[in-house]
This record gives sequence, C-alpha cells and structure tokens, in this order.
Amino acid sequence: MAQLVGLETLMPAGAQDMRAALDGQGCSSSSCGSSSGPSDMPAEIWEKVKDHPCYSEEAHHYFARMHVAVAPACNIQCNYCNRKYDCANESRPGVVSEKLTPVQARRKVISVANEVPQLSVLGIAGPGDACYDWRKTRETFELISADIPDIKLCLSTNGLMLPDRVDEIERMNIDHVTITINMVDPEIGTKIYPWIFYQNRRWTGLDASKILHERQMLGLEMLTARGILTKINSVMIPGVNDQHLMEVNRVVKGKGAFLHNIMPLISDPAHGTHYGLTGQRGPRAMELKALQDKLSDGTKLMRHCRQCRADAVGLLGEDRGQEFTMDLVADEVEYDPTKRETYREVVAEERGQHVAARQKVDVALASVDADEAMLVAVATKGGGRINQHFGHAKEFQIYEVSPAGVTFVGHRKAEQYCEGGWGEDATLDGVIAALEGVRVILCAKIGDCPRESLSAAGIEATDAFAHDWIEAGISGWYAREHASYARQIA
Amino acid sequence: MAYKIITSQCTVCGACEFECPNAAITLKNDLYVINPKKCTECAGHFDMAQCAAVCPVPNTCVPA
Repeated sequence: MAQLVGLETLMPAGAQDMRAALDGQGCSSSSCGSSSGPSDMPAEIWEKVKDHPCYSEEAHHYFARMHVAVAPACNIQCNYCNRKYDCANESRPGVVSEKLTPVQARRKVISVANEVPQLSVLGIAGPGDACYDWRKTRETFELISADIPDIKLCLSTNGLMLPDRVDEIERMNIDHVTITINMVDPEIGTKIYPWIFYQNRRWTGLDASKILHERQMLGLEMLTARGILTKINSVMIPGVNDQHLMEVNRVVKGKGAFLHNIMPLISDPAHGTHYGLTGQRGPRAMELKALQDKLSDGTKLMRHCRQCRADAVGLLGEDRGQEFTMDLVADEVEYDPTKRETYREVVAEERGQHVAARQKVDVALASVDADEAMLVAVATKGGGRINQHFGHAKEFQIYEVSPAGVTFVGHRKAEQYCEGGWGEDATLDGVIAALEGVRVILCAKIGDCPRESLSAAGIEATDAFAHDWIEAGISGWYAREHASYARQIA
Repeated sequence: MAYKIITSQCTVCGACEFECPNAAITLKNDLYVINPKKCTECAGHFDMAQCAAVCPVPNTCVPA
C-alpha cells in the first residue's frame, strides 16, 4: 500500500501529484499526546496552531517553517551561548548564519514561498534577540506580511524586552511567541546568566536574574491576557536546573503558557561557551525523556523540537537553508501563491482521513492483551510514513506504544550510517548509543550487516512495515510482538 | 576621550550602534567603527559606556 515519497519531493508537483503522494488507505499520521489534534483544544486555538509545525506535533509532518536571521543583537549573556558562533541552542556549532537585512529577508522568504509549498510560518529567532533587536524584527514582519498576508508570524525571545513589545506584537498579528525561561528562581539564574543589559546598564549576579525573571513573568502574563499563544522553551542543564524545571513548568502553566518545550543543553568545548569550556554536560536522551514524562501529566509538552538554526528553512528535521542563501536568491522577486494554496487544500483533505484512521489504531491497540510500553524508532522523511532507509536517517522519531495508544515522545539525532554506499561500524556504535531504550527500528529498508549488528545490541530493525503510516506500522509491530492480538489493522 | 572597537573580535551584532547615545557608531564595509569625534564615553548620559556594557565579547569595546 501507500506511496514512497517524502513531502520534499513534492515541490514541482501539481495538486494531483501532491494528493497521490500524501494519500493512503488505513491509518493515521502522528499522535502526540498533547498537541495532537482538534479534539484536545478549543476550536479557535486549533485554528491557530494547526498549520504551525512548532506548535502542533501533527502539523510538523506537513508544514514547514523558516527563520530569517535579521536580529543579531542580544541583551543578555547565557552560559550556553557564544555570540561568536551564534546561539548554540538556536544554531548548530561553528556555522555562522548569514545575517540578513529586512529587505534581503523579504526576497529570501518570497523565494522560499514560491518553491516550498509547505511553508506556513515565518519566525525570527535571533540569532540575537528578536524583541531587543526590535526595529529589524518589526520591519521584516511588516515587509513580508504585505506580500504574503497569510503567512504566520512568530518570534522567540529571552523575554527581557518583551513587555515593551506586546502592544506591537498584538497589532502586527504575531500570534505565536516563544520565551526561553530556564528558571523561576533567580538564585538558579545566577548559574545560567552571567549578565544582562537593561535600562542602560549591565547587571550581574542575583540582580540580573531577578530582573530577567520579573520581566519574563510580566511578558508571559501580558501575552496570555491578549490571547497570544505562548510557548516556553527551557534548556535542561543537568545539576543546574534539571530538577527545578518541574517548578518552572508549574509556574508557566499557571500563567497560561500554551506549550512547554524542554530542550537538552548542547555543550561542547569546541563551541567556546562557558558550559562547554567548563565541562558542563548535557542530558542523555533517557534523562530528557524521564523529565518530560514527569511533566506530561496534564501539561501540553512539546517533544518534537529540533533546536533549529536561526536561519533554518523547511520541515522540522530538515534544513534547506543552503538552497536559499542570498547569492542564490534573485534580486527581483514576486510572490506566487498557487503552490502553497494547492498544497493546503491537499493537506486539509488528507488530515480528515487521518483522524478516522488514528481512531482505528487506538481501538485496535486497546484490545491487545499486554501492559508493556515499548519505545519504537522510526526512520521517516515526513508525511507521517515509515519511508526512509536506515542508512540515510540523520535522526529517528521515537514513539511509545502500549495498549493505551501510540504516542510521539521525541526524536534522537544520529550520524548518518550510510555514506555513498559504505556503512561505518563506528557510526553504527553511535546510532546504538543514541537509541538507548529503543526496542525496534522501523525503516523503509536496511542492509543485513547493520541489522545483525543492531540485533546483537538488542535492537530489532525491520523493513516489514516500509511505507506504512507510522502509527499503523508501530501497532502492527506491537501486535506481532504480542501474538494474542489479531491483525485488525492490517 | 573615546572608545574604539577591536574589529577582529567584533561579531557585528550591532547592539552598540543603537545603544550609543551619540550616534557615534556606524557600519562601514561590514565593520562597526566608532567616530572618536562624536564619542563622549557616555559622559553626561550614563554611568557606563553603553557600547562596552552591551557588547557580548569581553574587551572588544575599549578605551582608545
């Protein structure tokens, strides 16, 4: 059954091809416990998030975002960030973003919108702070929304200048704002923020963290009061704020945050950050998951974050930024809405089928005679299917399956095993380490050699569910593991 | 009495440009420079030189 294509191959296609590629019988796309679909939230909220890949786990299979790096100036110093290489948690190491002027950003966004029909969101995430470098942020949004009125605007900020911008954020219809909040206790803040710049002076120590904390809380309250969806990003720093993030979660939820996204600290001496140079480690994947599991009770928790670059382009987990560097962007550009409109119609149809199909999987799983929750890794190129070769995967999507259903729990990055036909054993060891706790890998294809090595490490790998919808494949595998379960969802 | 920018360390983020109360900092050939004729080290405006206070790289905005 089903088709073999990832959404990225749809670019030049017309509606018919798009439909063929996305269409399938049977089951569902993804169900993330929290931000999965319309049944979880009021209709007006769903309307806001359904096309935003960062706010809806379900949307991230279909829709793409792009960030434009127009805001390089920042007003705080974080111990996980080295400004010379941009923010380590916004951007992969050693790669300096191409900084853009607002006018260049307009050309770039229009070029992408004409080529990438999945584009739904334009974000400004620095590489400094969007609310501090506000003139450039505002000009960029104003220019681009004049050309592409239906593009969703979002920004991320450290929160320090946010209260001063809320009126304009509301006026400009920026309805998604992310605040990075790593603590609600300024004492803990002193271990994360060496200084801030506020009201014409540099503040250090407890003063700095107190001011930052108060401004973050005020900004969050102001956004919530205006009905602007607010996501909280928290960097999990073992030994510094890992235990404290439970409290952060409680506080931000109480103040009306829509989503809480726990991100692992990225720390490496090569990045030249304070944490990197002092040997502060980041959390292991299972530590991150354990914390997320503790927080998931009653909270909307985002688990599909890719900590993407401040100039990322494409579906989450892919970065097509290199295809749209300024030297490749035409001097004169004009927006052509046809591809994006067609794509939206196709996705709207597709999603209706998924809702019904997902319910089918849930019913089938509920009858399995087992109580074991298992972690499953999936190699996918997007579109909600098991459609990537094991050797081509740079990351795996991780799902938890039990009779209660299939839940997306996160992704794990791994080095690509196959480089031009050659598999490296050292790389495979890295993949095995990255997949700690995982029972099975579902992929489109895998060679005998890596399959046997994985098996020796206790991880099954199979292409038996190649090109199935992710949930269908997972429940099919789970059923096979528990033989008492009839193949109801084949 | 003026500050200067050590350009080899500058990240070209531009924070100093809009914090400067004297409009003494401008972008020239993709590098920020301080016009010493306009720079007052923020005397009369603020307690500390704004460029140095906001600069993310230590010892990059310094007395000339």
